[in-house]
Amino acid sequence: MSLIEKILQGDHKATAKLISKIEDEPTSTLKEIKVLEERIVPVHTLGITGPPGVGKSTLIARLIEHYREKNKKVGVLAIDPSSPFTGGALLGDRIRMQMPSPDEGVFIRSMATRGQLGGLSRATNNAIKVLSGWGADIVIVETVGAGQAEVEVMRVADTIVLVLSPGLGDDIQMMKAGILEIGDIFVINKIDQGETGHLERNLELVRPGREKEGWVPAIIKTIAIKGSGIDELYKKIEKHRKYLKNKK
Amino acid sequence: MRKKIRVLIAKPGLDGHDRGAKVVAKALRDAGMEVIYTGIRQTTEQIVNTAIQEDVDCLGLSILSGAHVKLFPEIVELLKKRGGEKILIFAGGIVPSEDIPELESIGISKIFGPGTSTQEIIDFIKTQIGADRKRR
Amino acid sequence: MKQKIKKEKKNWEEKVLKKILEKRPERKKHFENYSKIKIERLYTPEDIEGLDYLKDLGFPGNFPFTRGVQPTMYRGRLWTMRQYAGMGDAEESNKRYKYLLKQGQTGLSVAFDLPTQIGYDSDHQLAIGEVGRVGVAIDSLQDMEVLFKGVPLDRVSTSMTINSPCAILLAMYIAVAEKQGINLSKLSGTTQNDSLKEYIARGTYIFPPLPSLRLTTDVNEYASKHLPKWNPISISGYHIREAGATAVQELAFTLANGLAYVEALKMRNLKPDDFAPRFSFFFAVHNNFFEEIAKFRAARRLWARLMKERFQVQNPKSMMLRFHAQTGGSTLTAQQPDNNIARVTLQALAAVLGGTQSLHTNSRDEALALPSEDSVQIALRTQQIIAYESGVSDTVDPLAGSYYLESLTDQMEKEALTYIKRIDDLGGMLAAIEKGFIQREIQNSAYIHQKKIEKKEEVVVGLNRFQSDPAFSAPQKNHEVRKGGVDSKIEERQKRRLLKLKEERDNKKVKKALNNIKKAIHPTPLQRGGVHNQKNLMPVILEAVGVYATVGEICDILRQEFGEYRESVSI
Repeated sequence: MSLIEKILQGDHKATAKLISKIEDEPTSTLKEIKVLEERIVPVHTLGITGPPGVGKSTLIARLIEHYREKNKKVGVLAIDPSSPFTGGALLGDRIRMQMPSPDEGVFIRSMATRGQLGGLSRATNNAIKVLSGWGADIVIVETVGAGQAEVEVMRVADTIVLVLSPGLGDDIQMMKAGILEIGDIFVINKIDQGETGHLERNLELVRPGREKEGWVPAIIKTIAIKGSGIDELYKKIEKHRKYLKNKK
Repeated sequence: MRKKIRVLIAKPGLDGHDRGAKVVAKALRDAGMEVIYTGIRQTTEQIVNTAIQEDVDCLGLSILSGAHVKLFPEIVELLKKRGGEKILIFAGGIVPSEDIPELESIGISKIFGPGTSTQEIIDFIKTQIGADRKRR
Repeated sequence: MKQKIKKEKKNWEEKVLKKILEKRPERKKHFENYSKIKIERLYTPEDIEGLDYLKDLGFPGNFPFTRGVQPTMYRGRLWTMRQYAGMGDAEESNKRYKYLLKQGQTGLSVAFDLPTQIGYDSDHQLAIGEVGRVGVAIDSLQDMEVLFKGVPLDRVSTSMTINSPCAILLAMYIAVAEKQGINLSKLSGTTQNDSLKEYIARGTYIFPPLPSLRLTTDVNEYASKHLPKWNPISISGYHIREAGATAVQELAFTLANGLAYVEALKMRNLKPDDFAPRFSFFFAVHNNFFEEIAKFRAARRLWARLMKERFQVQNPKSMMLRFHAQTGGSTLTAQQPDNNIARVTLQALAAVLGGTQSLHTNSRDEALALPSEDSVQIALRTQQIIAYESGVSDTVDPLAGSYYLESLTDQMEKEALTYIKRIDDLGGMLAAIEKGFIQREIQNSAYIHQKKIEKKEEVVVGLNRFQSDPAFSAPQKNHEVRKGGVDSKIEERQKRRLLKLKEERDNKKVKKALNNIKKAIHPTPLQRGGVHNQKNLMPVILEAVGVYATVGEICDILRQEFGEYRESVSI
């Protein structure tokens, strides 16, 4: 059986192998990607970004649980920077995304940026297609919201969620303006850990006015570690998905 | 050809002593590898699942609780079942010398005892993976 | 006088030293200890010019306790030689306890297996291979009853190494005592109960830091009201050090944890003088002799000052830092294991010169496996030789006044305080842990230390220098190692007992008790700061263990309500 056939049957190993190939020798996979494109419907892609420590991975874990309860297959690409000096990378985001016992319907892959600006977006885009071929009903792409490469990567996502937490009220001014502009949903996580008013006010100020596009970026409050606010976030994501569908 | 060596550093068992695992993870990263670190308290299924999804070249297991006798063979078996038999496995932590021959016979390539330098581990991985890639 | 010394020193430097250095440079350009404190060539009265004897040293038993917590120290009574041991299941341990009692020992220590420590019953999937391995498996009050059967709890002092689920295990101990008809005021012993350090070292956490702090505070509060002879917490630097921290970091992070516990109790409207006297500490002792002695002296002085300045305590006992010390497991080498005897001796001597209240000496072969009987005996004899032959216990704080030691004590205190202030700026220890600051600091130290050893900038005898012929340095065999077979028997037995218990107990009562815990958790929304004003969970936990709810069941409820902690790795 060809690699593609195996992927289409939901094989984890084949899926993993093709993603590796996309990372290592992008040009050699053009044919496979084309075959995949012919055989799949594009999957809804969720980009989740935000500064370190706001609880992105935990939030993703809760979303995965939520999608699994609805029997949806979830693919995750967790992107972390490579060291510009050694080329090495430490990929530790899986820790907080994992289920207590592995689940056939969840595929998590850590990717290092490998210092390539345009290349990363392309690789991510193709990896999404592979996950789509594997059967994902939703693909979540996670990055730290800093640096040009990450903003670029976020552009491959259909719905972009910017995650923040209390205590970041002033940092927001310093965040990449690009990320703020493209956010479709803003999440304030860890609302049990401090006052959120300051952050909300700041968000209101910087949140882009996209009313004329027919979508108002919403602010949702969560406590990911306890699972509160997740259903609301899920519903908002679905709403955005439908909004995009209607727009087309 | 793969551009990067991908390594999974995993801690099976329930002990929380992750100093060694973290030092090794950091050293491998500084040696240019892409290191996936699982954190503590991983079940054998979780470790194998991660190894497969991350398509790693090698798997480093760190354990200090003494449960290796039970857990290592399980990991090797599960890896085989899921098509990961080519993944190079090494281990570190506290493994009594009596247990080493048995663990080596089931497919743990190398067990690094206390006092091993990180360079030794880096060299071991590079040599083994290099040789393996030439064979392919 | 001062001027004269200064002048003469300059003279010496120009006339004597310079020539020598030209002829023969020193071994290293830069000398420093593990805490990266620069070590000078020579210490003179100049270096302790600022030292005010009465203010900075004082007298033993008096503020700021630099010279010790008791007026006569080891002239009155030697430190307690406490060797931590014990494993297997409840029945085996019970036999061992009874034997020890017959031998006249009154201090018992309980080590729990890992599933118990992280709140899983023996039949949990994650418990496979771990049941009864590093300590005794306790699933329910029934196991605790077996563990202490025939042991009069009013006549022993029990030390329990338990942290995240401490409230549950202490509740079981209390329940056993009540069944024996013993008044709670007579219970004496120690629980480790230091949940914050689990996030930065050791790793047996269950819940996120905030609710863990609540549980720790519940135990502390309960003990201060009902268990006057109990030491509810042993604030532990040992594991922090073993995870790779420097001596200064160990000191700073341990005291910062201590401050967090005091703050939390204060929010329960308790006065520090009502509970602080029962706080105790636990430190590691490593190889750098003077650094370690200075650390202990600095720890006492700094804690006394912090308690006085920050909390205005009145009772001298609230300012007194009493501690247990253990020689450093991570300093032992598997190569040439007998060398470890020398290391342990040096470390033990430093702990004694640092004024420890009790001491555990490691066995030479602990880097390899479980220690043999012989090794355990040598470790104990090492302490006895120091106590009875070396003469160091004949006078109080014998190294005081050393230009070097006093200067170093001062520097260690200052650097630790700098760290504590940094932690204050981050919003306290809880916030510093949540931000990963402490974890990163420790990981960095561990990494730097490892690299230095690999570059031979730090010498470890037998490992990176003075290695012997490989044929002779091969790790010794013949160690007592628990084989898989033995463990699976314990595991099976434990699982059967649990199953039987669940059939025989009154499950309606269990359900009700568990529900009561759930209700007690959230009388008001969980908010930072407000958390400490919450209801103490000890009474509902006592009710639940009394009807034989298991550790796993109670922790499941708590996990549901509090969430589970997963570390974030930023290496």
